[in-house]
Amino acid sequence: MMSILRLIFQRLGLGVLVLFAVSLIIFLGVELLPGDLCQAIQGQSATESTVAACRKDLGLDQPAPTRYINWLKGISQGDFGTSLANGREISELIGVRLSNTFFLAMVAAVIAVPLSLALGILAALYRNSWFDRSVNVLTLSSISFPEFFVAYILILVFSVKLGWFPSLSDVSPDTPLLERLHKVFLPALTLTLVVMAHMMRMTRAAIINLMASPYIEMAKFKGLSRSHIILHHALPNAWAPIVNVVALNLAYLIVGVVIVEVVFVYPGLGQLIVDSVQKRDIPVVQACSIIFAATYVVLNLIADILSIATNPRLLHPR
Amino acid sequence: MVNNISAANDDQSLLLEMRGLRIDGMRDDQWHQIVKGIDLTLHRGEVLGLIGESGAGKSTLGIAAMGYVKPGCRFSGGSIHFDGIDMLAASEEQKQALRGVRIAYVAQSAAASFNPAHQLIDQFAETPVQHHQSTKSEAYADAKDLYGKLLLPDPERIGFRYPHQVSGGQLQRAMTAMAMSCRPDLIIFDEPTTALDVTTQIEVLMTMKDIVEKFNTAAIYITHDLAVVAQMADRIMVLRHGELVEEAPTRIMLANPKQDYTKSLWAVRSFRKMPALNLGQNDTQPIISVQNVTAAYGSLDILHEISFDLYRGQTVSVVGESGSGKSTTARVITGLLPPRLGQVLFQGQPLPPDYRNRSKEQLRQVQMIYQMADTAINPRQRIRDIIGRPLSFYLGLNSQQVEARTRELLDMIELNPDQFIDRFPSELSGGQKQRICIARALAAEPTCIICDEVTSALDQLVAEGILRLLDRLQRELNLAYMFITHDLATVKAISDEVVVMLKGRIVEQGSKEEIFSPPYPEYTEKLLSSVPQMDPDWMRNLIAKRGPYR
Repeated sequence: MMSILRLIFQRLGLGVLVLFAVSLIIFLGVELLPGDLCQAIQGQSATESTVAACRKDLGLDQPAPTRYINWLKGISQGDFGTSLANGREISELIGVRLSNTFFLAMVAAVIAVPLSLALGILAALYRNSWFDRSVNVLTLSSISFPEFFVAYILILVFSVKLGWFPSLSDVSPDTPLLERLHKVFLPALTLTLVVMAHMMRMTRAAIINLMASPYIEMAKFKGLSRSHIILHHALPNAWAPIVNVVALNLAYLIVGVVIVEVVFVYPGLGQLIVDSVQKRDIPVVQACSIIFAATYVVLNLIADILSIATNPRLLHPR
Repeated sequence: MVNNISAANDDQSLLLEMRGLRIDGMRDDQWHQIVKGIDLTLHRGEVLGLIGESGAGKSTLGIAAMGYVKPGCRFSGGSIHFDGIDMLAASEEQKQALRGVRIAYVAQSAAASFNPAHQLIDQFAETPVQHHQSTKSEAYADAKDLYGKLLLPDPERIGFRYPHQVSGGQLQRAMTAMAMSCRPDLIIFDEPTTALDVTTQIEVLMTMKDIVEKFNTAAIYITHDLAVVAQMADRIMVLRHGELVEEAPTRIMLANPKQDYTKSLWAVRSFRKMPALNLGQNDTQPIISVQNVTAAYGSLDILHEISFDLYRGQTVSVVGESGSGKSTTARVITGLLPPRLGQVLFQGQPLPPDYRNRSKEQLRQVQMIYQMADTAINPRQRIRDIIGRPLSFYLGLNSQQVEARTRELLDMIELNPDQFIDRFPSELSGGQKQRICIARALAAEPTCIICDEVTSALDQLVAEGILRLLDRLQRELNLAYMFITHDLATVKAISDEVVVMLKGRIVEQGSKEEIFSPPYPEYTEKLLSSVPQMDPDWMRNLIAKRGPYR
């Protein structure tokens, strides 16, 4: 047990280190952007004195290392600074958006993860059957189309022709849950179609990969049914690769939603980052980037820990 | 337990019958016959030994009794009847109902055949529970009982361990218990002790034989080791290239083998090296001298104060069970594992402990040959590149010289250069691959070769060929061999000096004659007495002598 705890703490430490490195890269990246922020904000009306005042206002007159340290200090206390566009607290601006994005990601994950695992297991069980082939063809085609294309097709079918779901997912904080679910259904479905192939194929491959191992052959010689063999003998040993792919795709559900949110005009973090880039609202872009990075790190951390925890050799040392 | 009652009533009745059985295997996109019309009969409670080299079709035949062929194989003729059931006509469901319940299987590598994710007792209980033979708690109780009968330590609790938490010999017995879980009529033992040390092997063999007799279970015992099959089987079938060579009751077969092939199998153990010519004569200085070496992985000492010498033209065998530190010693000599204390001398000069600090010349002098020729040569290189590389690397030969020398080397290892020089390793047999490894070691023109279990993965006839080749090369080139093995027959065949290791220490060392003549130290005695003999009464006598093992 001690060795597991040590491994987990090691991974946690590494995660913090990665986040730190990412924050540095984000900050440097923004620093390297050409042009002066204040000049850009004030546009035509900029004069030397107003620009200088603006810079002082925003703390831009201080040297870069100082600003970086201040920014880092702020983040660690949950203070992301204020938006340049409207002067509001970024944490407040992001709060609602972030919970919207998480909500959408969660709905998509609740559909996509069990569905892909089930399809992957079934595909492995009925390997090379028509079922296996058609699942492969369907998931591969859905991942091959661009997201916006899938999104517009779904809108065309479900909202324009059938009228079952709205094409605009304009939720607000006081939208009731059921209506909210109804509104995010199409974007969630789009995301599901995009991430499913990867998870389903990894599940299938991980299981099939194990089917040649001696303990699976032994299970056959014990006269066990094929489904019992796959569920009880192959799957428990296949978790590590599956969990890692699931984590990557969950991260994509949060980080990669930009296009889907734009198509469905969904007020999530993706929309915000696109808007902020257009408005050169650098602090908001920085804040969103660090949140995305943290999402990746945390999800991969969980995947790492889960794949360690499902390894009997680590779980039950000699 | 209906099966048991009928078995007890009708002891000598026919249980398994194969008639003209043919099985094809797919190779190079073509079907080839791998079992060529075999007749096999087995009565209730009888133990049939199947022996032969690898590729003889014995495993294929064994699992065919369950109506199963490996992927890439097919039944192409003949019949299999198990207790009157036509196994080739039976549906998958019918066969599934028989497997594990009436026909069980014990595999060669228990470590690989137990699922790493489940406790032993759950894997035991799975068969009876899934086949609705008993409830889980009944199965648990039965498992503990069987673990006790198989003399596993702490039978009440050992089942709750995971496979990686018990030793290889214990796992093999746990697998035998698992096979017994539904009290089958027939158990197929597929080389169950091949992967075990000789001292562990005998413990497993004893308990297996005992339990099969206790429950009057019929068994097919597959092995390439004659002495083992002599202990286990009532009757022996000798197979070669998928055909039956000879079949007879064990005692008759051992006393009077009829076919030449069978006799040649018997003769394998007769090879003896001629004593080294210059033993202690012209070479007063050892070529390699290991002095008080203590080595560790991390903070754990694996070797404790090892000292021995290698002389030119001589073979030193290092024997011991797995984990005794034999291969670690080789790693110290080659510089892969710098020792914590002590040193290795080459012709009286200390070698740098780490191979990275050794000169090309120092590296050239000591070469290695490994157990698994398969993994020791690059599958994507042709033979000419495999042997040519050390020629250009160590000796700086140009491409014509490399070609000429490669051909010479192939001649030396008795492979026709024109036929073999452009082949890939996958186009060679196991024995040929090992010969290539020998040629590669020779290419560097070393004075000393470390042979790490080089014959363990080979059939006895092939292994003997390799031993004879190594012996000839030693005499021709005046080489020093350090020969690592756990097989005492090999030790007797090839060594001049013997070093016996146990738990990282040398427990005895001396000339072969000294080691193999009494009085023996306790551990050497145990090792020697555990080597199966051709006498079918050997194990019974040994059990009587040693008392019940626990």
